[in-house]
Amino acid sequence: MSVTPTSATGLWMQDLSTGYPRRPVLQGLSLAPMPPGTLAAVVGPNAVGKSTLLKAIAGLRPSTGQIWLDGKDLGQLPARRRLHQIGYLPQALPQASSLLAYEAMQGALRVGRPDLDRAGVEAAIEHIFTALDLRHLALRRLDELSGGQRQMVALAQVVVREPRLMLLDEPTSALDLRWQLQVLQTVRALVDSQQGIALVALHDLNLALRFCNHLIVLGGGQVLAAGAPADIFTPALLERAYGVRARVERCSQGHLMVLVDEALPSHHTL
Amino acid sequence: MTASASPIALRDRYRRFTLTRLLTLAALLLALGTAVVFDVSTGPSTFPFADVVRGLFDSQSLPQAQQVILWEVRLPYAVMAVLVGASLGLAGAEMQTALNNPLASPFTLGLSAAAAVGASVAVVFGFTFMALGENLAVPISAFIFATGATLLIQMLAYRYGATVDTVVLFGIALLFSFEALLWLMQFIADSNALQQIVFWTMGSLSRSTWNKIGIVGGVLLLCTIWSSRTVWQLTALRAGEQQARSFGVPVERLRLFTLLRVSLLAATALSFVGTIGFVGLVGPHISRMLLGEDHRYYLPGAAIAGALMLSLASILSKLLVPGVVLPIGIITALVGVPLFMALILRRGRRAGA
Repeated sequence: MSVTPTSATGLWMQDLSTGYPRRPVLQGLSLAPMPPGTLAAVVGPNAVGKSTLLKAIAGLRPSTGQIWLDGKDLGQLPARRRLHQIGYLPQALPQASSLLAYEAMQGALRVGRPDLDRAGVEAAIEHIFTALDLRHLALRRLDELSGGQRQMVALAQVVVREPRLMLLDEPTSALDLRWQLQVLQTVRALVDSQQGIALVALHDLNLALRFCNHLIVLGGGQVLAAGAPADIFTPALLERAYGVRARVERCSQGHLMVLVDEALPSHHTL
Repeated sequence: MTASASPIALRDRYRRFTLTRLLTLAALLLALGTAVVFDVSTGPSTFPFADVVRGLFDSQSLPQAQQVILWEVRLPYAVMAVLVGASLGLAGAEMQTALNNPLASPFTLGLSAAAAVGASVAVVFGFTFMALGENLAVPISAFIFATGATLLIQMLAYRYGATVDTVVLFGIALLFSFEALLWLMQFIADSNALQQIVFWTMGSLSRSTWNKIGIVGGVLLLCTIWSSRTVWQLTALRAGEQQARSFGVPVERLRLFTLLRVSLLAATALSFVGTIGFVGLVGPHISRMLLGEDHRYYLPGAAIAGALMLSLASILSKLLVPGVVLPIGIITALVGVPLFMALILRRGRRAGA
């Protein structure tokens, strides 16, 4: 292979291991380069390490191995500079405090974008609230917002910093159907328009198939399969990953869909 | 909301909030100033309002006796009330943010109880630090115990990587331990010492001198400047700990230094005036209700609200029983509890509506 880690654009991981003192979670995980414009779903059963993988990439968990982003070894960057290139959305919803949404954005930018001056901060907030259609929420308190609205504010906090790489940990898990679509449509549009890269941990496989152009299926501390959904997504893979019998079919609009028939007896996660 | 041709910029809409907050802060300051003047003019001997104001700007115009009352008694009292109230309000506000717990205050983490034990140790064993005299030995001992208590919590939390909730639980455990120690000290104290301990734990401004005011004021100034450098990090923390971490807020370090600052503020204030509860708890709540949680407004608001509370308590302590100055610690709890209940009930109604 002529492409080397330092010359490639996009995200590349080799031999990544992380976990807790007595419980390794990911052991020597490697992923082929994901080019700009990749919206990758990270899927797999509970406790397989989806959140841990995202935290390790963000540098919020210690890990060994190499992660390159646009040719730079993230492990060599100081924590703060690493976080400035990465937009990590935690699984927990933002706190329902009496902060205004506008102020939450100010806080995120003042801390996360020290290069911006006051006018720059104001312009960035104006732009992102307009782009995400959230202007009506800007001057409301976080504790007056619904869970979905708060998640949108958190997403705005992530994207307003214009990160090269977005890591979103189950951004839809607390949301109803409409907000689930809203969040993923927003992410899809951002990845397309800025040619960024996003890794999204998801439980809902049909949402993953609908919005993502890349799938990373985790199992047993390793990557079971990774690639374009149409290439890798098969009933056999679902059985291996989740222990279910399922069909993968195309819906009338041409999207892949998973139809789950039954949970297989006595399946042990790899 | 449909976008009109040219929507008002969010920046301009937010500016109205900023303006309201600045006006609210100004109103609080005005109320505080009024309370201080009233506080100075209240007392066993009559001191007309006009004389107070005149004496402040031109003390020579007053008779000698009134000058002494004004400058050596009334003013130190009133200024100490303001500084201690502000210290406790600021300490409580920072603590509530750092620990993400609206019940946190210098009281909750056992700081006040530790200070009381320190004071009683000095009283019972008759400490006189290097011939400083009991006058200073008591506050010094109180300060050492209070900071020691916080450092102990910090050490435990740091060593075992404790979560915020564990820190609060440590604090509560410490509170009970120090209360037991306080009872032990009271048990072994002779009747003279016992009286002193009890008086100290009730809290009093009567030991105020300009020197002590200088120390409390200096620490307050230092901590205000120090905390003003972290307002954005603290604000970011209010949107969620994990979120703040992902923006690059060094959460552990921020928490450590904030709690150190809190213990310095609270220990200094408490060591000179004794146990004063509730100001550190209610001040931040008032500020949050009036000003929200952008820490550029919330922190000064909590300090001013705390100062105002203690200033009002000082006035009441002189008015409630004519001719007698009640210990201020009694007043803050008696007046603070109904106020606190009213705040909570109001908030509950609003949330339920």
